[in-house]
Amino acid sequence: MKRRKFDVAAVPGNTARAVDDRFQVATPLRRLLNKVFPDHWSFLLGEIALFSFIVLLLTGVFLTFFFEPAMTEVIYNGSYAPLRGTPMSAAYASTLDISFDVRGGLIMRQMHHWAALLFMAAIVVHMLRVFFTGAFRKPRETNWIIGSLLFWVGFLAGFTGYSLPDDGLSGTGLRIASAIMLSIPVIGSWVTAAVFNGEFPGTIIISRFFIAHVLLIPGLLVALITVHLGLVFKQKHTQWPGPGRTNGNVVGERMFPRYAIKQGGFFMVVFGVIALMGGLFQINPVWLFGPYEAWVVSAASQPDWYVMFLDGSTRLMPDWEITIPIGEGYVIPPLFWPTVVLPGILVAISLLYPFMEARHLKDYRSHNLLQRPRDVPFRTGLGVMALTFYVILTLSGANDVIADKFHISLNAMTWAGRVGLLLLPPLAYYVTYRICLGLQQHDREVLAHGVETGIIRRLPDGRFVEVHQPLSAGNGHGELDYAGWVVPKKMNRLGALGPAIRGFFYPIERPAEAPVSPGHPPVEPRPEREEITSGETRS
Amino acid sequence: MSSQTGQRALPGGEPLDVNDPRLSRFDIVREGARRDDIEIVHYEPQVAPGTKAERRLVRTVAGFFLLTGLAATAFLAIYIWWPWEYEPGRGGDKLYTPLLGVTLGVALLGIGFGILTWGKKLLPKEVSIQDRHEGAVPAEDQRITGETMAYMADELGVKRRPLLGVSLLAGLLPVGAVAAAPLVGGLISDPHKDDQMMTTGFAPRDGQKIRLVREDGRPIRPADISAGGQITVFPGVEHGVSNRYADSPTLLIHLREDDAEASRRNNEREGHGGYMWGNYAAYSKICTHAGCPASLYEQQTNRLLCPCHQSQFLITDNAKPVFGPASRRLPQLPIEVDAEGYFVATSDYTEPVGPDFWERP
Repeated sequence: MKRRKFDVAAVPGNTARAVDDRFQVATPLRRLLNKVFPDHWSFLLGEIALFSFIVLLLTGVFLTFFFEPAMTEVIYNGSYAPLRGTPMSAAYASTLDISFDVRGGLIMRQMHHWAALLFMAAIVVHMLRVFFTGAFRKPRETNWIIGSLLFWVGFLAGFTGYSLPDDGLSGTGLRIASAIMLSIPVIGSWVTAAVFNGEFPGTIIISRFFIAHVLLIPGLLVALITVHLGLVFKQKHTQWPGPGRTNGNVVGERMFPRYAIKQGGFFMVVFGVIALMGGLFQINPVWLFGPYEAWVVSAASQPDWYVMFLDGSTRLMPDWEITIPIGEGYVIPPLFWPTVVLPGILVAISLLYPFMEARHLKDYRSHNLLQRPRDVPFRTGLGVMALTFYVILTLSGANDVIADKFHISLNAMTWAGRVGLLLLPPLAYYVTYRICLGLQQHDREVLAHGVETGIIRRLPDGRFVEVHQPLSAGNGHGELDYAGWVVPKKMNRLGALGPAIRGFFYPIERPAEAPVSPGHPPVEPRPEREEITSGETRS
Repeated sequence: MSSQTGQRALPGGEPLDVNDPRLSRFDIVREGARRDDIEIVHYEPQVAPGTKAERRLVRTVAGFFLLTGLAATAFLAIYIWWPWEYEPGRGGDKLYTPLLGVTLGVALLGIGFGILTWGKKLLPKEVSIQDRHEGAVPAEDQRITGETMAYMADELGVKRRPLLGVSLLAGLLPVGAVAAAPLVGGLISDPHKDDQMMTTGFAPRDGQKIRLVREDGRPIRPADISAGGQITVFPGVEHGVSNRYADSPTLLIHLREDDAEASRRNNEREGHGGYMWGNYAAYSKICTHAGCPASLYEQQTNRLLCPCHQSQFLITDNAKPVFGPASRRLPQLPIEVDAEGYFVATSDYTEPVGPDFWERP
């Protein structure tokens, strides 16, 4: 064999050794590669928010190359004929340019907007998942707080973002925002004057919103998201109860390659869906709204969906004005309560909830196992109650559209919202509580008496009874304890029936999977698989 | 697949000698995992090598990746050659953005599903168990760290030399204020400067009464509005029809005879007698609730609706709020007709226009 001067095959090994000699990374790297993550579809909701945020950063940077955050008055002279010759702000004109005169600018704008909506939606759904499964309990209260803050910072990011084009719709939103600031007792007019540099609209608000939207708020978001993920990493993810799963371990897959591959693939899917939405579904067609003019508004002026609940609360608020007869008299306008006080209360409740619940239950232990919503009826009830409250407010934010489309009186919609906001949440609590108890009872019933087989037996005396398949090995009843996870309730979950035939063009035959916790293979190795190998043949 | 059970260390037992040449790579991987307190308890190939199932999966994944290449190429071709510039009408440029979206979306979904299929179907299934080590922090460690930090305070001797701490605090507090001062001082702006919250573009200038003009700047004669009709008017000053006078847009309404009668009566009661001119009345268009233009005027009921939050104002009764969240009536602009027969504002609004605020008189 000829001796080579330079052995190519040894390069990676040598490089790795050289790096490790200097930085000692081998052990931490192995820990990282090996870190175990539990897997369940509901753990991916937060990821959607993260991935949308990455898309937001990418598309957002593109948009800054073309957007001019100025309120200088210009005469539009771009491609969009209907608005040519119209005086408008430079911000609005450059938004039109992005939409019509920058090649591929419109899809970037629309992807950015869709990604923002998806970001907020994913945050909310992720938050519901965390709430209903009790994942916020000790030791994860900090991450719950950061998550709640992320919603509100995202809210600000969204509002400052869609105000930037300075179109007819967003300008109206901005005017309402100025009215909200103005309604704050004592300091309201000073706050508004400071933000707008004088009277609304002034000439500087778009520039200020721009720097907030592209630097300050994203910086804050990046910081919060980093800590959020860091804590998930440090504290390790929660997991559903199941065979082999305890409060002290994590059962799942190692991070590399399986978990990382799933993450990467999922990112691409989220990105792809946003691209499809950005291309196919029109959003915020600012050229139809025209530039912002203080005297123009149209019916059905709705903000982005995550702002609609505040719009709704504002619409439902009665005209309760508080006057304070001191000196010349002072006023607290009705606008103050639904737009400043209500969000304040919501923030406080969401931030404090983990501590309030721990105090209420006198439960100060660490919890790494999730709870099924049915097993904690009061929390599930509270969650559904809050959700009902939120949904009524959001629907009320569009009550003029509903009234119009369904031919209902607008005033009736408002009154329905006012009454519904007070009556429906408690009702939702009660109904949810009862449903949870019913589900619990049915779980216990199946554990005690077995699964319904669908086989009817006729007894000698003529009665018909359904045969039940007990879940325990013995013939006895009530031997099984509820373990906090899915109880099989159908015979084919027990492997008693043939599996459904899979395959699109021709059947794919696979053995039925044993009943497992959602989405997981059983932990106990089957006897014939005792020998663990990589599948490679070796001598 | 020979058995090497004898050489495997049990968890917590002796570590495996990784230099043993008989070990497979997987044995080393598993040993590494073990040293991180991870037990790989289940590891099973999902497809047997060389089977039809494997080949089919490989074809699927490869198909996804090739689809990505195809879609991405299509994206580039469309991006470069498709006519994209805006043309009025139903030109091909209307398809530009949808086509970009579809090709980009398919390209990204292709790579996404390809990777996912690879990871979920072709890779062996695995279940690993990692110890959390939670609550394993020995109380001793906590104590040592605590003592270390307490000792830092001892070293500094703040307790013995309280003057140092107090003076440091006294020195740093103003520094904090210095950091905040430029921001607060720069942003702050007196909201009552030039009485800006109380005046609009209709304030008379140099004793000259301001005309009411249309959006195109033309002044208005009474005959321009038919009974029951209304028009948005602006102060006839430079830039009067612009956002610089965002609080000035006003609704000029020609009331029908009996409505005007009721309206005049109610005006007298509120001390607004003489604000109307004939059957014409002018009310601020800026909603007193949140500042939207209250612009939906219903002729039959003489109600003005704000489309933002559905406040409704009864025009014949001083624009009193009759429904919704608004608590204050729309301010009325006193109007008359000048010598040339055009509408002018007799004076500015007599109360502040727009959303309510704390110190509103």
